[in-house]
Amino acid sequence: LALGSHTAQADEDAKLVIEGQELVTKTEAPAHLQENLDEIYSGWVFRSSETQALQLDDFENPAFVFIDQAVDVFETAEGTAEKACSDCHADVEDFKGLRASMPRVKDGKLQTMEDQINQCRTEQMGAKAWGWSSTQMQSMVTLVGLQSRGMPMNVTIDGDAKPFWEQGKEIYYTRHGQLNMSCSNCHEDNYDNNIRADHLSQGQINGFPTYRLKNAKLNSVHDRFKGCIRDVRAEPYKVGSDAFRALELYVSSRANGLSIETPAVRN
Amino acid sequence: MKHIAWAAFALILGSSAAMADVVKPGDVTFDEGAVPAPLTGQAGVAEEGRKTFISRKLGNCLACHENSEMKLEQFHGEVGPSLDGVADRWNEAELRGIIINSKNTYEGTIMPGFYVGEDFPRTAKQFKGKTILTAQQVEDVVAYLKTLKEQ
Ligand code: HEC
Ligand code: HEC
Ligand code: HEC
Repeated sequence: LALGSHTAQADEDAKLVIEGQELVTKTEAPAHLQENLDEIYSGWVFRSSETQALQLDDFENPAFVFIDQAVDVFETAEGTAEKACSDCHADVEDFKGLRASMPRVKDGKLQTMEDQINQCRTEQMGAKAWGWSSTQMQSMVTLVGLQSRGMPMNVTIDGDAKPFWEQGKEIYYTRHGQLNMSCSNCHEDNYDNNIRADHLSQGQINGFPTYRLKNAKLNSVHDRFKGCIRDVRAEPYKVGSDAFRALELYVSSRANGLSIETPAVRN
Repeated sequence: MKHIAWAAFALILGSSAAMADVVKPGDVTFDEGAVPAPLTGQAGVAEEGRKTFISRKLGNCLACHENSEMKLEQFHGEVGPSLDGVADRWNEAELRGIIINSKNTYEGTIMPGFYVGEDFPRTAKQFKGKTILTAQQVEDVVAYLKTLKEQ
């Protein structure tokens, strides 16, 4: 890895320290990935020093505006049961560690954080499900995810997760669209290379939902997948589809060992 | 009304005349990775090829290749090799072959085939059954690449 060929590029040895806590942004690849990669890197490593800096301080990180909103929503009763999240989950900090193991298999189904939250909304609160990539949903996903910041990503890929993981892996390595490219063509074979104006990362999702300067909002994992698939002139899977759930599990597993960075800042 | 109809007629004539001697993607004959015969009867125009090379909607070659000849253009990619002096390394037929379908020269390469008559998984509707570049655009790019000489 030879960062620094471009002027705005960050120092390769820069450390991601937030509120005194040092996060793991590079580490040995998990065993299942070692046939293809030796080391895994957070997307933070590939951003310019200006973008990196925004993530070092929660007061500078624009995602916290949305987190503050979610804190309020957490306390607000809604739905036919007239309950708030806080009626059943006294302290959001109780969700510490959860983000690191999501998605997970529950009752035979692959469940993402969005699924869990909507399940509580519809089944526990009698409220309407939130749209997958809506600001409300992604703000809540971020608030819950933040509780695990600094903990290593650690999704389960064996047992009943295995078939979902295999499905996700298959999608990851399939060349799609008129440009005939797979995720691995860009994020495994060419990370650290520039593709036009973009400095390619490994396409890790340990920092999601991410605040992107480009659209000034929180971006869901599935929206990012959709964007990358569209760029190769392929028909994306639907946001919230089983295919994207499986891909999310697989891509999460490629980050096993990296710290959860939610909410990361990207360009 | 009259001259509009005439213009449309001329357009049909023009395009069918051009179509007649265009090699379809499925009919391209490769000799190893190279394609000796031009895809159209009309010689490529280097200046047009240069534009296609830069355009994000067309070749977008610059996304992956550095090219010192166009230093003023921002953001040269580094996914593929620099194309400085590429005409010293490959002859016209080889260059044409690499653009039409680079997979015949480099197995498994990330470089897209720009004139391939095949749809890959989930190709979006608006691109189905279409090549990335037209036959003439391929010829234009070949003509442009032939100008990239160092010796
Ligand atoms: C009326 C009670 C109730 C309300 C209100 C409620 N939940 Fe839940 N929640 C549960 C129960 C029970 C579980 C565990 C079983 C399940 O998954 O349904 C749970 C599980 C969860 C989990 C997974 C915890 C884990 O460790 O596995 C998350 C995250 C969560 N809820 C978030 C929320 C959020 C965010 C809201 C508000 C939008 C909310 N819940 C509202 C009852 C509730
Ligand atoms: C043509 C190249 C290309 C392909 C193919 C591609 N991506 Fe990307 N991807 C990019 C670029 C460019 C970016 C923005 C720079 C970066 O973060 O790498 C990006 C960003 C991402 C990010 C955000 C990373 C972060 O830290 O914020 C994720 C996640 C991602 N891609 C996943 C995927 C997945 C999954 C696939 C396959 C379904 C895929 N990409 C296919 C080019 C590509
Ligand atoms: C997504 C990346 C990508 C794009 C877009 C791309 N190329 Fe390439 N190209 C490559 C790679 C990578 C190689 C080297 C072959 C390999 O190792 O896979 C290559 C090789 C070449 C070569 C041989 C280079 C040499 O020095 O021997 C030529 C010529 C070439 N490309 C021309 C083009 C042209 C013209 C376009 C646009 C019409 C284009 N490329 C678009 C990635 C790309």
